[in-house]
Amino acid sequence: MYRTTGIYIKNNKISKYKEIVDAGVPEVVYIPLDRHVGAPAKPVVSKGAEVKIGTLVAKADETLSVNVYSSVAGKVVETDDKLITIKTSEDIYEKSIDTSEGIITEIPDSKTLILEKIRKAGIVGMGGAGFPAAVKLDIPETCKIECLVINGLEGEPYFTADNRLMVEKAEEIVIGARIINKLLGIQNAIIAVDEENKDAVKALVGVTKRYIGVNVKAVKNKYPTAAETQLIKKLFNVEIPKTKLTRDFGYIVHNVGTVYSIYNAVMKNKPLYERIVTVSGDAADNPQNFLVRAGTPASYLANKAGSIDNARLLICGGVMMGTEISDVNTPISLLDGGLLMFKKAKKDTEASPCIRCGRCSQNCPVHLQPFEIADRLKIGDTPKLYKLRPSDCINCGICSYLCPAKIPLLDFIKMAKEQIR
Amino acid sequence: MSIRINPPHVIDKTSTKSIMLDVIIAMIPAMAVSVLFFGLNAMLVIITSVTACIALEYMCSIYWLKTKNNTQDLSAIVTGILLAFCLPGNLPLWMVIIGAFIAIVVTKMAFGGLGRNIFNPALAGRTFLFLAFPVQMTLWPKPNLRDFWNYDIKTGATALEIIKYSDVSTSATRLDNNEYLSSLPDYYDMFIGYISGSVGEISVAAILIGFFYLLYKKVITWHVPVFYMGTVFLIMYAVSLNSAEPIKYNSFLHVLSGGLMLGAVFMATDYTTSPMTAFGRIIFAVGCGVLTVLIRLNSVYMEGVAFSILIMNAFVPLIDKFTKPRIFGTGRK
Ligand code: SF4
Ligand code: SF4
Repeated sequence: MYRTTGIYIKNNKISKYKEIVDAGVPEVVYIPLDRHVGAPAKPVVSKGAEVKIGTLVAKADETLSVNVYSSVAGKVVETDDKLITIKTSEDIYEKSIDTSEGIITEIPDSKTLILEKIRKAGIVGMGGAGFPAAVKLDIPETCKIECLVINGLEGEPYFTADNRLMVEKAEEIVIGARIINKLLGIQNAIIAVDEENKDAVKALVGVTKRYIGVNVKAVKNKYPTAAETQLIKKLFNVEIPKTKLTRDFGYIVHNVGTVYSIYNAVMKNKPLYERIVTVSGDAADNPQNFLVRAGTPASYLANKAGSIDNARLLICGGVMMGTEISDVNTPISLLDGGLLMFKKAKKDTEASPCIRCGRCSQNCPVHLQPFEIADRLKIGDTPKLYKLRPSDCINCGICSYLCPAKIPLLDFIKMAKEQIR
Repeated sequence: MSIRINPPHVIDKTSTKSIMLDVIIAMIPAMAVSVLFFGLNAMLVIITSVTACIALEYMCSIYWLKTKNNTQDLSAIVTGILLAFCLPGNLPLWMVIIGAFIAIVVTKMAFGGLGRNIFNPALAGRTFLFLAFPVQMTLWPKPNLRDFWNYDIKTGATALEIIKYSDVSTSATRLDNNEYLSSLPDYYDMFIGYISGSVGEISVAAILIGFFYLLYKKVITWHVPVFYMGTVFLIMYAVSLNSAEPIKYNSFLHVLSGGLMLGAVFMATDYTTSPMTAFGRIIFAVGCGVLTVLIRLNSVYMEGVAFSILIMNAFVPLIDKFTKPRIFGTGRK
């Protein structure tokens, strides 16, 4: 039946043509230890320790966890369960890291070695999910993977970091894809790129001509096509329920940023400690894409693109799914593709009664009934809530975005998730 | 006032108020046509109806439901205009106020206000008036372009009344009946709206403009109007093929005259009283169409739109229940 395949949101990709710039080293970094999925990493350095770029500062606590590395050279001033604070000094790299410029194309032969390198490097899903990449790639024998999907779509308005990465590091990404291909024992990777990002498509197509097993596909980027299951639906017309993993259906999806990090980890021995972040919004005088070290305070980064004093509203992540931050020293983590600054604080909005327009349910990418979930939650009808399956929600925020009555539907759905847990 | 901290941090501009405003804008052509053709009386009916609806909604929301002033969302104005649209242009104004009372107080606010009513308020108001004052509610003024001040009001039958009472067997001769039928307006007059009828229903052209405006603004989808009118057209067409008096079942006449187009575009598409899913809306529209035909052909009433939509309104919860979309990734192989 008639339903939408995503909605158009003004995408504001202002920084699309801005080259990636190194954001430099702030005076202090606060490296977060718990932003990934799974157990927080356990600190292995103590106060006063000298660290270099790429020094292991916290260790994976369980299988579902990741190692955390220092993004700067300097001295540890404080550690606790969640943060390691490091006062920076001049850049010195760990010796094991290959800092040379050239591109390495020779992929190691041993699958175990590749997987071990990815695991050790502390790579997480950089599209925002934060799932440990090594766990995702550790496929049991019973799963037969057919296709590797590399997600180059950025659903969030303003975000252009992945786009720039594809333009400037196309070859590394393609080699990264081949590394994963090798690990999975397949020759079939698809890089999905927003059809509007012509530069990225061109750059990648140019490179894929020289390598086998990697192809580029330009797709129309509505919101939220960039979400993993939505992308698979778009590419293969397969619907994967929330209770299943993509690998159960033969697909593995990785973000381009993750793939680039995998290249670095396997070929250059470089653990994950930095990423590309778009700094944008109407309070940014010069919206740009920065190479940012994990733990950089938001204020430092915001001042690189404008002045934080102009920003009344600061969002870590995107406008649809990110988090509003009040502390200007909030560290940027490896999962944040953007830091957005706006001149105006959010307007007061008051919810009015639902007028049953159906916008929320017609446009929900997983076909939920947000208005009904909100209703049942209010009257406390828990048995019915189970049936409405709020846990299938992918947090895209479309329902709240579209509701003409301005009901914060997503908030209610999150509460409903808690309720039936 | 509450400031939202949680995502999403941007929200769409469309609001309940902007939707209502769009509906009002879409009704302006039909209002203009009716004032042009029916003169001052029609204008007074519209103004009275809107004023009464706003006043009643205001009082109910403040003193009864104790919510904030609900009139700010403009929905009372929409109801007021719609109510006026289904009344004859020369209805005594006190009756209009009674209609507004039934619409706002009994049908809308008693159920909890905007979004909670089961029946379309304007149609409920009109139907009450129709049953309570059958004579006044079927005195249709004739349009007169040159008589804004209504010095000289003639009343006339609507096209549907004319065809309903045409009857070969009772007329003295076949010729009589043909003469009688010649009082039918031609299609051009129907399209422009130079015919007898209720305030808002006369002009097909004006309603179509409103329809396209609503489509353009994405306030409604095409499903309900098209399926509703399509159903009536097709059934009437099928019936007329095997009939001795095809004029009675003239499908064009049935679609172009009477309240069908007004009802299909503005009343059956009301969010609150129609199903939520596109599929549900199609079922709803087809149901309305079938009922309209049944009433027009088999009952003493010539109109059937108001009753059909009200009856289908009652089935909306049921339709919604059976047209719930399946959740992503479930129920498909
Ligand atoms: S936030 Fe959840 S419920 Fe709302 S539209 Fe997105 S998936 Fe559906
Ligand atoms: S979008 Fe808002 S007003 Fe429309 S049905 Fe959903 S909750 Fe109700």
